[in-house]
Amino acid sequence: MRNDWRARNHPAYWAFLVHRVSGALLTAFLPLHFWVLGQALQGEAGLESFLRWTDQPLVKAGETVLVLLLSAHLAGGVRLLMLEFLAWREWQKGLAAAAGALTLAAALAFVLNVL
Amino acid sequence: MTTLRVKVWRGAENGRFQEFEVPRLESQTVLDVVTHIQRSLDPTLSYRFACRVGMCGSCAMTVNGRARWTCRTHVANVAADNSLEIAPLANLPVVKDLVADMTLFFDKWAKARGKFHPTKTRRDGFARVAPDSAERLLVDAAIECIGCSVCYSSCDVVAWNPDYLGPAALNRAWTLHNDVRDGARRERLAAVAGDAGCHACHTHMSCSERCPKQLAPTASIAGLKRATAAAALKGEL
Amino acid sequence: MNTRSQILLWAAQRASAVVLALCVLVHLVTVIYAVRSGLSAAEILGRTRGNLAWGGFYALFVAALAVHAPIGLRNALSEHLRWRGWTLEAAMLLLAGVLLVLGLRAVWAVFA
Repeated sequence: MRNDWRARNHPAYWAFLVHRVSGALLTAFLPLHFWVLGQALQGEAGLESFLRWTDQPLVKAGETVLVLLLSAHLAGGVRLLMLEFLAWREWQKGLAAAAGALTLAAALAFVLNVL
Repeated sequence: MTTLRVKVWRGAENGRFQEFEVPRLESQTVLDVVTHIQRSLDPTLSYRFACRVGMCGSCAMTVNGRARWTCRTHVANVAADNSLEIAPLANLPVVKDLVADMTLFFDKWAKARGKFHPTKTRRDGFARVAPDSAERLLVDAAIECIGCSVCYSSCDVVAWNPDYLGPAALNRAWTLHNDVRDGARRERLAAVAGDAGCHACHTHMSCSERCPKQLAPTASIAGLKRATAAAALKGEL
Repeated sequence: MNTRSQILLWAAQRASAVVLALCVLVHLVTVIYAVRSGLSAAEILGRTRGNLAWGGFYALFVAALAVHAPIGLRNALSEHLRWRGWTLEAAMLLLAGVLLVLGLRAVWAVFA
């Protein structure tokens, strides 16, 4: 027999899902990110023209998602390091909530600065 | 009188749910419900239990989607709308109805070197382990496992990586690793390390979430991760 | 892959995670600060060109990424796609190489 969502529906599992999905998406984004920065090899103009393309609202929304993914992976990763390397404490269960709060704060700060 | 609508898994892996109506009683446990069905409605129903008081670890089943010890699970806490779905434990082969085949589960305890390796004989004196020593406290935190397999059935890594030893076996290995009388600690660390061992754990914490004894196998596995990594970096593994 | 290598992969992922935690924090703060008045190539390159501290920081960032991402992806691929064995190890080694080369090229592009 296989488990379904009822067995998985608890905070630590959701934290895992966020961590795995954000990690995979960030890995997929990295080559693109590096390629864009590499445009600067052809001089400032190449990078500048790409940056002007990113001024579109849809791209800015995409960038916000990236900031969200990155901060989620960071906060979730620090949570994992604390779970694995610090002595076990009851308060560590609250780490997922702290990670979520930190993630949202970072994304919000990005959005407010972009607007 | 209120009745419970109870869906019970029948058959082996390719079985199906069969519906029963069971009278709702005060202080009724899920095991009481299964027992009522077997004694009064369908004597061919197979299920497993022994002590009925949460000690033996034989009556675990999947109740409304979650692995639970049925003898200590009150219907009042799990059947909000008077309906129950009872299935055999996940991640194990089904023998028949509610009986899961525990062979692999216990084989993995053996693979994880879950056996005590004495360093003294019966002619030696008793070992003295101070109750407040660091190792003994770590053992205390993890020793109350009843081998019910609720953690193993709740763990997704077990399903995704069939060689994974699973939370119960690794928790057992951790208690022995901290047993100062044990003489096979390095061999045990070698047995529980790597992609099929403690390093496969992704801290889903489903084991710790569902353990009826409220143990935290995730914490034990984290301890093994650190101990094995330290041993590997020192060149001992 | 033997057990010792598997343990070392796990340790490498945690060690790189510690480095990345600091790098990502600095990166996020920089990004959020930099977008305040809109991004321009002149502004970015003005910050990074010839700046050894930024160059060194981002080179370290890239190196840690090239270690961290393939190990994580290796877990995900073996668990969800049942991809195991030497082809997986080879593919992840290739990914690490690609990330390292592309990443260092990008660092060089904004530094030199």
